[in-house]
Amino acid sequence: MTRDIVLEARNLSKQVSSPEGPLTIVRDVSFAVRRGESIALVGPSGAGKSTLLALLAGLDLPTSGDVLLAGERLGALDEDGRARLRAERVGFVFQSFHLLPSLTALENVMLPLELAGRGDARAAASSMLERVGLAARVGHYPRQLSGGEQQRVALARASVGVPAVLFADEPTGNLDTATGERIAQLLFELNRGSDTTLVLVTHEATLAARCARVLSMDAGALIRDVGASAARSHA
Amino acid sequence: MRSLMLALRALRREWRSGELAVLWLSLTIAVAALSGVGFLVDRIGRAVELQASEVLAADLRVESDEPIAPDEPAQARLLGLTTARLTMTLSAIFNGDANQLANVRAVSAGYPLRGRLTVAERAFAAGIATDAIPAAGEAWPDSRLAAALGATLGSELSVGTRSLRVTRILISRPDQSSTFVEFASALLINDADLASTSLVQPGSRMRYVLLLSGGSAQLDAFRRWHQLHAPHHERVEDVADASPQIGDASQRAARFLALASLVAVLLCAVAIAMSARSYVRRHLDAVALMKTLGASRRLVLAVNLWQLLLLAAVASTLGSAAGWITQLWLVRVLQGLLRADLPPAGPWPAVVGFIIALAVLAGFALPSLLQLTRVPALRVLRRDAGPPALSFLGAAAPLLLAIAGVVYGALGELSLSLWFLLGLAAAVVALGIAGALLVRAAARVRGSAGVAWRYGIANLARRRAESVTQIVAFGLGIMLLLALAILRDDLVTDWRASLPADVPNYFFVNIPTDQRADFERELSAQGAHLTRMLPMIRGRLITINEQPLASLHFPGLRGRNFADREQNLTWASELGDDNRIVEGHWWSAADQGKPLVSLAVEYQQSLGLKLGDRLRFDVGGEDYDVTVASFRRVKWDSFRPNFFVMFPPGVLDASAGTYMTSAYLEPTGGAMAQLVHRFPGVSIFNVGDLLSQIRAVIDKAVTAVQTVFLFTLLAGLTLLLAAVQASREERLYETAILRVLGARHTMILASVLAEFALLGAVAGLLAATGASLGGAWLAHALDLKYRFNAGLWIAGVLGAVLVVGVAGWISTRSVVRVAPRTVLY
Repeated sequence: MTRDIVLEARNLSKQVSSPEGPLTIVRDVSFAVRRGESIALVGPSGAGKSTLLALLAGLDLPTSGDVLLAGERLGALDEDGRARLRAERVGFVFQSFHLLPSLTALENVMLPLELAGRGDARAAASSMLERVGLAARVGHYPRQLSGGEQQRVALARASVGVPAVLFADEPTGNLDTATGERIAQLLFELNRGSDTTLVLVTHEATLAARCARVLSMDAGALIRDVGASAARSHA
Repeated sequence: MRSLMLALRALRREWRSGELAVLWLSLTIAVAALSGVGFLVDRIGRAVELQASEVLAADLRVESDEPIAPDEPAQARLLGLTTARLTMTLSAIFNGDANQLANVRAVSAGYPLRGRLTVAERAFAAGIATDAIPAAGEAWPDSRLAAALGATLGSELSVGTRSLRVTRILISRPDQSSTFVEFASALLINDADLASTSLVQPGSRMRYVLLLSGGSAQLDAFRRWHQLHAPHHERVEDVADASPQIGDASQRAARFLALASLVAVLLCAVAIAMSARSYVRRHLDAVALMKTLGASRRLVLAVNLWQLLLLAAVASTLGSAAGWITQLWLVRVLQGLLRADLPPAGPWPAVVGFIIALAVLAGFALPSLLQLTRVPALRVLRRDAGPPALSFLGAAAPLLLAIAGVVYGALGELSLSLWFLLGLAAAVVALGIAGALLVRAAARVRGSAGVAWRYGIANLARRRAESVTQIVAFGLGIMLLLALAILRDDLVTDWRASLPADVPNYFFVNIPTDQRADFERELSAQGAHLTRMLPMIRGRLITINEQPLASLHFPGLRGRNFADREQNLTWASELGDDNRIVEGHWWSAADQGKPLVSLAVEYQQSLGLKLGDRLRFDVGGEDYDVTVASFRRVKWDSFRPNFFVMFPPGVLDASAGTYMTSAYLEPTGGAMAQLVHRFPGVSIFNVGDLLSQIRAVIDKAVTAVQTVFLFTLLAGLTLLLAAVQASREERLYETAILRVLGARHTMILASVLAEFALLGAVAGLLAATGASLGGAWLAHALDLKYRFNAGLWIAGVLGAVLVVGVAGWISTRSVVRVAPRTVLY
């Protein structure tokens, strides 16, 4: 089974200093995620979800503990090493899309492939945009696209490299209900079709319920890990 | 007072955070550029003003080409005036084999009657005032002459047939011009030695001056006596006559440098506008909060005005200090062209610097800052609530007023200001359009570039307005520097290279009629190839179609000069192949002795003449009425004797004159020295020396102007800083995304370098193009061949890539290092 583990948190803690003294944002969190699994990180605001996501993706370093991502210990890598690992094995979707405004939709999707040194970036990006229904918008700049379209470009960008893990931070948070629903559908379709592990941070119970596993956080600690196998059938 | 305290506190905070650094830097550079030139101009102005009575070295001067009759000084002394004599001529001075053309000034005791000479023991050293003049047998060369001849104290200089010993180096004399007018260096000798030098020969070109000083009643009495008794070709000059000319020359030079500094000031102003805008954008929230907490609009306005005032004070103080240092450097660069004893500058340029700083801030920063006072408090709840948009009038009016004020204030002349602004606007528009097209073209081809290049180019294309502004700024700065380099190096060198190897290299002037044959023989014996020998007679144009010149108006400086001064006249039956008739007919044998004249087109155009016009010349006191028969285009760089005014043979032949010729001669100092000894009255001009002297003057002037244009480049850098500062948050955000997606430091760095290197390359390319076009136009105007200079393009593009690339990299360093986690929070 360990062979299937693609992401693992080992006693992760994150402390920051504040005027009132040290503040613990993530407290001794440990869990493992299997390949192809989808998990939701839920909890109230300030529970430490986004910080945990940053630690899992190697965007930030823990005060103690370690993360194993696609077989590599993030703590043993320098910043560029973690960047390389992200380029090769990780995809991201953000609440506010975070597309590069100076690049067209196609160029935005090509970017991770080029960063990973893939030669077929243009063809792969085109076909991915076609899959998310944006074949006609490849030459458009982000400012020329609607919120839903921008998030589809972001999804295409996150999935085009067939990452081992796809991190999504409130991916439907900035969208209306109907558009959010379509994006969620697309997200899970892509997840299913590529054996990518999905790590989702969300406030929305319906979105969390579509995941195979729901990890609940409060005050920086993991308080519940519900691996409802029944949930898989809903997804 | 509360607003002042708040402003001080805010300024301190923003100072620490670097928020206002670009605005402050731009302002400092603008003030430095303008005050640097201002201080220099002030010093020259003071030299002119302080020494107005000294510029003549007397209270009154009588000048003539003929010796002044002894009864004139006698009469002056009778009236109680003090007198001194000054006799001037041009001659080649030798120190061993080294020779140099110099203005020999023989002076009698008492010279100068006003002002003092300063002397030193070494060339270009600080001078000590003296009341002495060179004793008999002594010579005092000025610094330039001593340096050119390699002469030091004790050196023996050959002056005509005499040998004189150097006992002092002349550092300054009161009657030297304050600015860029005198080409030849000077040699001061004692009047008693003049005769023994044999420089004075019948017909040789001398200038005799009688210097007078004393009370104004006595001077007036002398003037009246002079009008009645002295020959009319003598010219009487007092301070009032002399100073406008001197003032004019320094004003022209000053205005040219002021023009150069204005380009930098206006570019800095754009940087100020840019950073003021981004400052306002970043402070909208803070002001909204202040208002929510009870700050009135008036208080916000007062705080902002105080901040501007404080900024202007700090920037103009530092800018003036930098300007002062610049001025010291300019004086150093112009050493030898400016008088050595310039008085120190006054505080006025620093005051002007402060006013300019305020004007620039009021025009370019105040409209944006006033917007800040209009932010609604509602913004604390609704982020999209901003100040009402600035009306076009609200934004443009202060800006245009500031530009007009600054330009007019610096140049002080309406038409020149308008021409400058029009020219600048045309250059900016041309560079802007070309820059925008190049950026667009680069954006089109970015698909085929690597990821770093693509992202860099995409950034350039997205912030197109800012990119084009920077391209214009850098392009303009680099273009001006390159254009001057072309002028200094290429054109002068090309012109010299384009001359045939055996083009005459010596001019011989003042050859007495009775020595003409001997002189020709001697030159031929030394293997010289002589060109034609033409007579040369001094004469003055006095009427055109019976209208006295004094009643006519000539718009150009050259026209006025032709009208005011004596001309060299000649006669010839043959027209050389370096002359081409463009209108009318050259005379035939039958026309000899007829009252006709042929004029060079420069003379015709400057005086507005046409064929058939009747001209009256005064030659040696006799009037000659002649009719304009033809106009000639003269190839002056044939280095053969040529004249603006030519008569047919048989008209002027009776007048006493001298001859001139030119020749190619292998330059051996010994032969020349021998020639000077045998024919001491003949003035020898070495073309190479003359060109070197002109070249040295051009070099100094160009270096000075380039120094001022360096400020333009600095202004371009502040514009880049302002643009990076304005885009800082966007850049931080985008870099973080790139990092999240797995971009390494090197890739992000490469994209930043690509962006700025491309920006530099486009600016450099446009600059080299503009400078080459300017050079080609200038070459065409001067009738020179312009050769394409690849080095210029390489220097332009590589230099720009390097400067802009490095500046871009430095200014975005902190942005490149942003941590990827910032995207999530």
